Amino acid sequence: VVWTDFERATIADIFSKLDYEAVGGATLARCLIVYPWTQRYFGNFGNLYNAAAIMGNPMIAKHGTTILHGLDRAVKNMDNIKATYAELSVLHSEKLHVDPDNFKLLSDCLTIVVAAQLGKAFSGEVQAAFQKFLSVVVSALGKQYH
Amino acid sequence: MLSAREKELIAEIWDRLTPVAEDIGAEALLRMFATEPGSKTYFSHLDISPSSAHLRSHGKKIVLAIAEGAKDISQLAVTLGPLQTLHAYQLRIDPTNFKFFSHCMLVTLAAHMRNDFTPVAHAAMDKYLSAFAAVLAEKFR
Repeated sequence: VVWTDFERATIADIFSKLDYEAVGGATLARCLIVYPWTQRYFGNFGNLYNAAAIMGNPMIAKHGTTILHGLDRAVKNMDNIKATYAELSVLHSEKLHVDPDNFKLLSDCLTIVVAAQLGKAFSGEVQAAFQKFLSVVVSALGKQYH
Repeated sequence: MLSAREKELIAEIWDRLTPVAEDIGAEALLRMFATEPGSKTYFSHLDISPSSAHLRSHGKKIVLAIAEGAKDISQLAVTLGPLQTLHAYQLRIDPTNFKFFSHCMLVTLAAHMRNDFTPVAHAAMDKYLSAFAAVLAEKFR
């Protein structure tokens, strides 16, 4: 993957501004609400009965933060995202049995949460850089499935 | 499947955005051109630079059609009849682009509505735009 200076700066900038707890929890909750079938992976997470329950669920909030911090690794290793996520890919495939299509769903939700946070500053060019970054992450997470 | 409440929510949102249809439409298109360069191939005959008149008028057309459809979602096939024909026989846009555009529209809504673009609104809107795109593509084959 070849990153332009603009892309590197944009990704670093976005992540430096993120409130990991707020954004992580909001993103995972949004994913479970907008794509309810993703709730299949969260059977042990308590009350997911409706949008309000999901948004107030502390286990979901905590897990969302965990996921977002997982993205940090890619931000810090943009030139080697595939290797960085090899282990996590195996985990998601062999232990968690997560359909890799779900990674795209979560990443779309993250894009929308970040857009809501940044407003006008989330221009088309910034969106393109962010989506490119997320697509590399998604691809790396799916790499070890077989 | 859209609940009655969701249909209300969707109609409300588009009603509120109709006065700024040009801004919303142009922004969604620009986002699509930035993130999916292949989509630009359908616009080779127009000037799609930011704030160009073509871009704004085109964006406005699209948003007004989406807003019109939102007034009575159960009648989408009727409302979109002429547009179905246009897209199937003249424009012949590959339907994957409808997905790209819908996503960019959701991002545009998020950037404008900020916290008002709640997960519930997002879910409803995503469902509506998917239904809209599906009906639009019905005459393709």
